[in-house]
Amino acid sequence: MRWENYTSLPEKFRNQRVFDGCGISGFINIDGSRVSGKKVIEMLCILRERENGLGAGYAAYGIYSKYKDYYAFHFLLDDEIAKTQVLEYLEKKGNIIQSEPIPTKKPVNIDNLPIIWRVFFELGSINNPNNDEKIVKIVMDINTNIKNAFVMSSGKDMGVFKGNGWSNEIADFYKISEYKAYMWLAHSRFPTNTPGWWAGAHPFNLLNCSVVHNGEITSYGTNRRYLESFGYKCTLSTDTEVIAYLIDLLCRKHNIPMSIATIALAPPLFEEIEKLDKKSQILFKSIRATYRSAMLNGPFSIVVGYSNPVPTMIGLSDRKKLRPLVVGISEDENTIYMSSEESSFRRLMINDHDFNFKDIWHPRSGNAVIAELGNGLIKNGLEITVKKNNLLQEEAC
Amino acid sequence: MALTHEIISHFQVNVNREDCKKCKSCIKNCSFGVFSFNGKQIVAEHHKCVACQRCVIMCPGKAIHISQSESCLPPHGNYTEKIRNIIWAQSGTGGVLISATGNDRPIRSIFDDLLLDSCQVTNPSIDPIREIIETKIFFGRKPKKLDFTTASNDVNEVSLKTNNSVNFEIEMPIMIGHMSLGSISYNACQAIYQAAKELNIVAGSGEGGLHPDFYEYAPNIITEVASGRFGVDLNYLNNAVAIEIKIGQGAKPGHGGHLPGEKVSSLISQTRMIPEGSDALSPYPHHDIYSIEDLAQLIAALKEATRYKIPVGVKIAAVHNSAPIAVGIVRSGADFLTLDGFRGGTGAAPRIIRDHAGIPIELAIAAVDKSLREENLREQITLIAGGSIRYSADLIKVIALGADVAMCCMPVLIAMGCRVCQQCFRGLCPWGIATQDEILVKRLDITIAKNRIINLFHSWNEELKDVLGAMGIDSVESLRSNRDRLRYIGPNPRIAEILEVKHAGE
Repeated sequence: MRWENYTSLPEKFRNQRVFDGCGISGFINIDGSRVSGKKVIEMLCILRERENGLGAGYAAYGIYSKYKDYYAFHFLLDDEIAKTQVLEYLEKKGNIIQSEPIPTKKPVNIDNLPIIWRVFFELGSINNPNNDEKIVKIVMDINTNIKNAFVMSSGKDMGVFKGNGWSNEIADFYKISEYKAYMWLAHSRFPTNTPGWWAGAHPFNLLNCSVVHNGEITSYGTNRRYLESFGYKCTLSTDTEVIAYLIDLLCRKHNIPMSIATIALAPPLFEEIEKLDKKSQILFKSIRATYRSAMLNGPFSIVVGYSNPVPTMIGLSDRKKLRPLVVGISEDENTIYMSSEESSFRRLMINDHDFNFKDIWHPRSGNAVIAELGNGLIKNGLEITVKKNNLLQEEAC
Repeated sequence: MALTHEIISHFQVNVNREDCKKCKSCIKNCSFGVFSFNGKQIVAEHHKCVACQRCVIMCPGKAIHISQSESCLPPHGNYTEKIRNIIWAQSGTGGVLISATGNDRPIRSIFDDLLLDSCQVTNPSIDPIREIIETKIFFGRKPKKLDFTTASNDVNEVSLKTNNSVNFEIEMPIMIGHMSLGSISYNACQAIYQAAKELNIVAGSGEGGLHPDFYEYAPNIITEVASGRFGVDLNYLNNAVAIEIKIGQGAKPGHGGHLPGEKVSSLISQTRMIPEGSDALSPYPHHDIYSIEDLAQLIAALKEATRYKIPVGVKIAAVHNSAPIAVGIVRSGADFLTLDGFRGGTGAAPRIIRDHAGIPIELAIAAVDKSLREENLREQITLIAGGSIRYSADLIKVIALGADVAMCCMPVLIAMGCRVCQQCFRGLCPWGIATQDEILVKRLDITIAKNRIINLFHSWNEELKDVLGAMGIDSVESLRSNRDRLRYIGPNPRIAEILEVKHAGE
């Protein structure tokens, strides 16, 4: 692990965008049963070829049932000064219910460890519909204005754990296998051009939305300028940040159903849209026209954890499927798995000979896989998004 | 003019006596009256020559070639030949000098100082021959957000609540700019509109009204309402896919239109609704627009007149305060905004304005895109940028700087045969483009001209796809305002700062 560059990159790297290859993995238990992070660690760590020891992270949903009504802030802090500033800032904004260090396995002989801290927090008025918006402002404020402090995650009943090291090292450091969650996301990195930094590792989180991403967004400039119009500040010089903010904008601020939001991110080609009936054409064209700057271009596959209010896991690849994404469903149909590679699924079968998958498939390019807590698989990513006109009938005419 | 003040010729007309068949084709073809026959041989008055190349190409013996005049004035770095000629012309006539086409001063092009990005290793480029790359554009106002009736996740069950605002589609992010019937010929207009229709892009009508013959091209024509209101009636407004209120033009910000009486033929008099042979000088400002609230009223009136069925936009010249003006225009209800840079073309404009007023489109579009974003208005409108989009490289760069659509005129004229002799205002265009002389107009073959325009934009669009593919982008929407994909290599880092483009190597 690298015991440096916690909340920011060294000055000389700050204007560079990070390009990387990655491994992504995750799963959701439809019935909400919580399982240890051990399984997701196995899924991720087998993808060794996809990382070079410069960053990994985990997101867990359902880990703080005791405090599930409070915003759970996970902080990465360089020093005690930053911690004091953050806590003073939060006290001004609302009530701190609980403030404590996140348990970590301290390495020996390292004297400049980061402070990994969590705060359960409530705003003055509970149930105010504007609370989420206020939290977003607080996150943006801390990340931009408080030196040496970074918010790793800010959702409810969930948390992000990430750092600079190999995926297994990060898992050990945060004692990931000791948490129990109904949904897990995990990520390992292969950055090309920076030494890697803790805050820059995935998952990226805002409120209950966490994103793990493999790829490079060639539309980054367009997406960033679009988001800045709505007050988002893209401070992290990485593509993945814009994906998290776009989902926040579309699904929370604009209140668009997730299935539609994924269409905005990776819309069908015009030639596919032209085959639809008139009403659907208007729908798809309106999405493309209105959200033309939200479209993600370039190679990517992402797995997103979200809850607004139903916890959901989403898998999506770009329109040309230039990055891999594979989905599996357990024999009891209770668990949906997603990963960069099928080896993640096979890994789970090594120690448990009874474990098997009902099905494993590759979703179509640009076609989202959506699995909801309680509701199961909403979309398997194999649907032909477009209902074709009855061609036979047309020919008969 | 007294002989002592005669301006020396720019060009030398060379007739090879051995090859000359004395057929007098050159005399017939030269609309500037350079040639005559003295009974023995063809003679040329060099000072009348504009190097339009008509005689050269039409000479059956290939006996003519035009060279730059060898005679010269005593050299001076400050009082250049051009400035001395301006002084002599003005001291001879006492008038404002008229010019045509765009600014011809050798001011450094910012487009030429911008370089494009391409993919290597970490992201794959996309091969446009094997993969689909989309260049379709929605033209018109978009809602800020969409609302849906159910929160269902099934796409087939979700229905759109937001009223679809008026938009139309064009196949490429290209618009042929406003060149009026009057400034250019009937045949040139016909070729342009036919090409626009076949390509499914849009072309501007200019401020000269719309000849009833052209109503059939309405789905591809943006009509213009300018300060002179020439030809504006309900037919004109409704026979269009969009209406543009022309406040200014890049070649002559602050000025109205200038159509010299020489070009007002009977055809022009009918479509413009003005007497034959009269100068058609539209007023500098709109006499019903003295501030932004007046513009809002005109936009509303035009929308009302056309029953809210077609988008109404505004064109302004790129000037120092374009950015706040643009924000005001969008707030006034404009569905699209056209920005015309200082290099933009004209059929006739005072030289002083053409050469010295306005700012480059590169800077203007960057500033306007930025301030519209600061006000969260950018996504709602279509932003069109013109003012010397010379070839596909400029088109690509202007979109990356923030435009939805690139507008151009000169390349269209050049494709049809224009040699850029810059004499449009004289009505003598020997290629049948910028003239109303029936004999000259006939020289422009509509079908050939149309096909050349189609070929030109087809190749631009293919080049756009090639560049998008190299950038790893499969839809032009993702290039828009994507300034990360540009780098600056010019001499002035301040320009890069204003463009919000990094320097090459950064």
